[in-house]
Amino acid sequence: MDWKEILKEIARKALNKKAPYGIDIDLSKYSWEVSENVDIDSLKALPKPLLERSKAMGVDVDEKSVSGTYLQLDTNVLRTYITEKFKNYGVHVMSVEDAIKKFDWVRNYYWKAIPVDLDKYTAITELYGRHGYFIYVPPGVKVREPLQACLFIHREGTAQAVHNIIVVDEDAELNLMTACTALPTKAIHIGVSEFYIKRNAKLTFTMVHYWGPTHHVRPRATAIVEEGGLFINYYIHMAPVRSLQMFPTAILKGANAQAYLTTILVGSRDAHIDVGGRIVFKGVDTRGEISSRSLIRDSAHVTMRGELIGETQSRGHIDCKGLLLSPKSVGEAIPVLKSINESAELTHEAAIGRISRDELEYLMSKGFTEEEAVSLIVRGFLEVGIERLPPQLRKYVGNVLDMITRYAKG
Amino acid sequence: MLRVKYVTVAVDDLIVVRDASLSIGTGEIHIMMGPNGAGKSSLLKAIMGISGYKVIKGSILLNGKDITDLKPHERAKLGIALAHQNPPKVRVKSRYILTKLMELYHKGKTDEYLRELIKEFNVEHLLDRELYSGFSGGEIKRFELLTAILQKPRVCLLDEPDSGVDIDTIRKLATIISRLVNDGTSVLLVTHVGHIVKYLSRADVLYVMVNGRIIYRGDVSIIPRLLERGYQILTEL
Repeated sequence: MDWKEILKEIARKALNKKAPYGIDIDLSKYSWEVSENVDIDSLKALPKPLLERSKAMGVDVDEKSVSGTYLQLDTNVLRTYITEKFKNYGVHVMSVEDAIKKFDWVRNYYWKAIPVDLDKYTAITELYGRHGYFIYVPPGVKVREPLQACLFIHREGTAQAVHNIIVVDEDAELNLMTACTALPTKAIHIGVSEFYIKRNAKLTFTMVHYWGPTHHVRPRATAIVEEGGLFINYYIHMAPVRSLQMFPTAILKGANAQAYLTTILVGSRDAHIDVGGRIVFKGVDTRGEISSRSLIRDSAHVTMRGELIGETQSRGHIDCKGLLLSPKSVGEAIPVLKSINESAELTHEAAIGRISRDELEYLMSKGFTEEEAVSLIVRGFLEVGIERLPPQLRKYVGNVLDMITRYAKG
Repeated sequence: MLRVKYVTVAVDDLIVVRDASLSIGTGEIHIMMGPNGAGKSSLLKAIMGISGYKVIKGSILLNGKDITDLKPHERAKLGIALAHQNPPKVRVKSRYILTKLMELYHKGKTDEYLRELIKEFNVEHLLDRELYSGFSGGEIKRFELLTAILQKPRVCLLDEPDSGVDIDTIRKLATIISRLVNDGTSVLLVTHVGHIVKYLSRADVLYVMVNGRIIYRGDVSIIPRLLERGYQILTEL
């Protein structure tokens, strides 16, 4: 049996393995068929609703200020593009399936950070998923202009399961912005992402999700960060969703490695959202922080998890906060600190509450109307982790947070 | 500039200020003292229009305009600023609040202006904290005065800016308040301990409030005696 077959065999055994968190989804209700090929090779040629959605999410459809693009619609890869400069530097952007065929060494990164049998979602991705992006940045190459990856669902009932692999080699840098959205009534998105950040490398991974009230979303991500490496994960969920569950993990393997995981989301309608992050401190003098800000309205239920595992001399912090905007909304914060080394310094803070009358009165005494005071608190509440983003992304993220504020206030 | 005419203030059904009157001219500093619970802060809150501090009698005028029924943000826009004694924690980063105040009151002004103020008030280290979360007493006073100054006030109400702060901070705050007044702002300053007065460039009138009533209006020169012997000296005047 070849290595691929072995993986598939393991995956088959996990097809009914439920995830420990989040509501269980019946995956048989979705179409796993390969969608029809469409003749689109640029973002601008996308159907108008998708084009408009792309722009709303900040996708650079003209590709004027990006270093590259990966575009996948349903199960088909429509475009892989990298500027000449970075192509010449040896940066690769392609489908993960193509990468496996092209480079034998890619198998060293395939299901190496995440077990294929983690749960039914990873298992089905291996068995029936299609594509996902593979990005490789060679040693010393700094890709600071954002590289954009767009994973869109257009066909009714589609299950989009992608497997992404990113390798940022020694002393290299990548600024990746991903945008994921779906237009049909019924859809599920499973995104498996394995990140490998080599010695002194840096990956900034900004992920913007824009779903609909009937969609289910199950990202699965793990980053392995080597000595001196830096992983910045900034996740924004900006619209309704039926259910979202994820628990990305950063393993700080090398000395002085760092990881900062930030989640900003709005939970609305009857959404069931269970998000969080885990950082495992293995290398000495590693540092990390998990921050989350949740705006919760209507009858949405949001659980914010955070887990720090200190295995060596390290410093970690969890900062989970929720703002309840409706009487029926529910927020939960579950920080977990596990220290197995006396020199691991792990701390947490968690708070969930409503906007207080005192806060509003105070801001009104400073000249803001009540409406402006509410907006200021809601928008200001989301201001976390932005300072760690590359300057090119800060304005864009600011605009997205403005949109979330308007949506959250109804 | 600011006139308070026979104002009576109620909190719920309790009268906390009775028939208070005062008049502050442009560029004047008026000092208000009095024992705990006398109604000093309540009067400032009523002038600012904070809900819960209801003016049930009398009127408040700014440059002749009756503002008694205006909302706090409307009064703020007209030029009244209150530096609160005990501001609430606000779950927004301090930096963000300052940015928003700049947008509201200083459209078009450069970031350099704010940077200078931040430096002068020594609050750089507080900018990434949520407002008033984990601030020391002195830091709260400095930050509150900074927010008030950012409002470009014509009338600045300062509620105990010198309580619980060290002598260097008091001198610093007094210098800033004096500069504000030299630029034409009128100030009504409530103080318990009165130490700040000697560092101000001027202090025009002293009020003493006891049990909700202003029982003394006159020269500030009696402050040292007040501090030495307490409010009982007022009965000897």
